Amino acid sequence: MTAHIRWTERIDDCLMKRPSLPHWLAAAVARTAGRLSRLLGRGGGTTLPGLLLNRLRPQATEEMARAVPNGVILLSGTNGKTTTARLVRAALDESGARVVANTAGSNLERGVATALLNTPEPDIALFEVDEAALPTLVQQTHPRVVVLMNLFRDQLDRYGELEHLAQKWRSVVADLDPDTILVYNADDPGVAEIGAEHPNSVAYGIEDPHLGRETLPHAADNTNCRRCDSPLHYQMITIGHLGQWACPACGLIRPQPDLIASNVEFEGMDGQQIAMSTASGPIDVSLRLPGLPNAYNAVAAVATAIAVGITPTTISAALAERGAAFGRAEHINVGTRRVTTLLAKNPAGANENIRMVLNETHPLHLLLLLNDRTADGQDVSWIWDVDYELLLEGDRLKSLTLGGTRAHDLALRFRYAVGGTTDFSVRPEPAASFETAMAACGAGGRVYVLPTYTAMLDFRRVLADRGLVPEFWEDE
Amino acid sequence: MSESRPTVRLGHLYPDHLNIYADRGNIAVFRRRLEWRGLALEVVETGLGDEIPADCNLYYLGGGQDRDQLLVAEDLVGKVAPLRQAADGGAVVLAVCGGYQLMGHSYVTADGKKMRGTSLLDLETAASHDRLIGDVVLSVNLDGHTNTVVGYENHAGRTRLGPGCTPFGRVDKGHGNNGQDGFEGALSGRRIGTYLHGPLLPKNPWLADILLRWALDHAGAAVELEPLDDTLEQAAHATAAARAGLKR
Ligand SMILES: [Zn+2]
Repeated sequence: MTAHIRWTERIDDCLMKRPSLPHWLAAAVARTAGRLSRLLGRGGGTTLPGLLLNRLRPQATEEMARAVPNGVILLSGTNGKTTTARLVRAALDESGARVVANTAGSNLERGVATALLNTPEPDIALFEVDEAALPTLVQQTHPRVVVLMNLFRDQLDRYGELEHLAQKWRSVVADLDPDTILVYNADDPGVAEIGAEHPNSVAYGIEDPHLGRETLPHAADNTNCRRCDSPLHYQMITIGHLGQWACPACGLIRPQPDLIASNVEFEGMDGQQIAMSTASGPIDVSLRLPGLPNAYNAVAAVATAIAVGITPTTISAALAERGAAFGRAEHINVGTRRVTTLLAKNPAGANENIRMVLNETHPLHLLLLLNDRTADGQDVSWIWDVDYELLLEGDRLKSLTLGGTRAHDLALRFRYAVGGTTDFSVRPEPAASFETAMAACGAGGRVYVLPTYTAMLDFRRVLADRGLVPEFWEDE
Repeated sequence: MSESRPTVRLGHLYPDHLNIYADRGNIAVFRRRLEWRGLALEVVETGLGDEIPADCNLYYLGGGQDRDQLLVAEDLVGKVAPLRQAADGGAVVLAVCGGYQLMGHSYVTADGKKMRGTSLLDLETAASHDRLIGDVVLSVNLDGHTNTVVGYENHAGRTRLGPGCTPFGRVDKGHGNNGQDGFEGALSGRRIGTYLHGPLLPKNPWLADILLRWALDHAGAAVELEPLDDTLEQAAHATAAARAGLKR
């Protein structure tokens, strides 16, 4: 990566006096560089060409985006971007459109430019966008639809603070073309207050009363009114600070959603049935992804698909059919044991995973994996905001194995959680943590693995080494 | 629970607003390390509009987002007298990150707004446009012993100390108060301010026990803190130090 940057900086130096190359030349150079890089086994195929293209011809993304006949969809938020983009993609594919899209690992400007460069004559563009990159990409792509999903505390070391992101999003919405459709989450007070300012907007939310919780989890953000700073009142809380909120002091209230999930029936780790009501009638979605966060992803995806004119029938068919092909909850059989992996990269995600695991009826054998690489967040203090205490209530937890580069930080989290009476094994090394968790579980049992992103990659490598999953499995 | 175990009374200031870097981890460390020795922690939480109790042995201020820190600053400055009185009488004050900045005379935001502080420590902070972020290792001397302290820093503020306090530690790895003078945090008597979170205390049990010893002394409880098995703490400490690039 640093080699690429140094290289493009040198090109920058050469171009100091020339602002931009003709598009055909810039595109040809960028494509060739991407091919070369792949040939040389250097990687970078999903970002390098776009990075180069943006240097050689700064207006290239804007030109290519304008040429997409049915417009550009930009989707952003702390949690659920990848899954939601995939659900929208399924609906677009089902409708017969030729889609240009980026992948999870390339959600910055260069990834979007690379995707546009590599997909000839698309009908429509769908990009999941890093929260901090959204302002630039809105300027570059003049989107037809912008989807604002949520803002949770995430990797503070990377983004600075949540408040700065909210400010950035606020100016994005203020500068938005009035014709752009803004799809936003009414249940997130911070996002809703920003989204409701836009004249052409679609709000979505969840209103199934039996899903609510009584108290805000410790990690809840944004629990004060954005307008007057008084504490918000919640009629119902779904995830973190999401729910049916209102400010008793100044009267600011959750906007009435245009699209509502009115009934959500969970089917354990296998999936869920969601009944939604929309302006164009009811839609029933059978989703092969578990848990409340995925219910939000599905509602966001349906709202987005409707915004670009896809019919409810097409959407339902697409989600039911294609949903099973991917997902962050994944089951793998290891001999007679079943291993379920639930990825989380921040307190809100981790708390939802804990809730899902506690809803299981099997004896609980857990393997928690914490890494501190860039994609995980180098600051691991967030684990202290996760409500691991819930796992220790009653007699649910049968075994606990802690792994990853920061396994000892997890160990301290549990040592200090309930007074140090919990038994756990600490095994930082990936293969050792896997072996220990399997041994603790015993034949015929189930192991739930809760990793951060790169810890999940390490875990998959252990499984691949044992022939349990294919070697090459990453997106695309 | 009515038997009279020696008890440390902790004033946790603004737990609802200053909690961004897992500050509850520091409180848990105080609690458990007392309980494991047959002692007790009593926590008094005070928020916006509440009066600060003057009778605590230990006060804790955590870190907050800019917006919350501003709210707290406005509230705190006018009612800081009981806290100052307790600190002058030997109560321990630990202030982390945003809380550390509030201990100084003032904080100037990136757009030039000046926010008054409590002047509990002789220091001033001005925000810069770039943040100082990363793993930190310090050498800290307290009660005649030098030890390493590990943590994580993430702050836009650049803090400069006046003659009324000394640095909390010398920076072995990381940025520290301002990224220039090689020092981190501030110390004056039993008042400590630092940018280090992670949270600070779980991986630095040595520091936690010194603070508890001071607090127990202030409480008038003549008890020795028995050593605990800190194998896991030391392992996590070593991992963090190695991550900061300091092999131990
Ligand atoms: Zn209000």
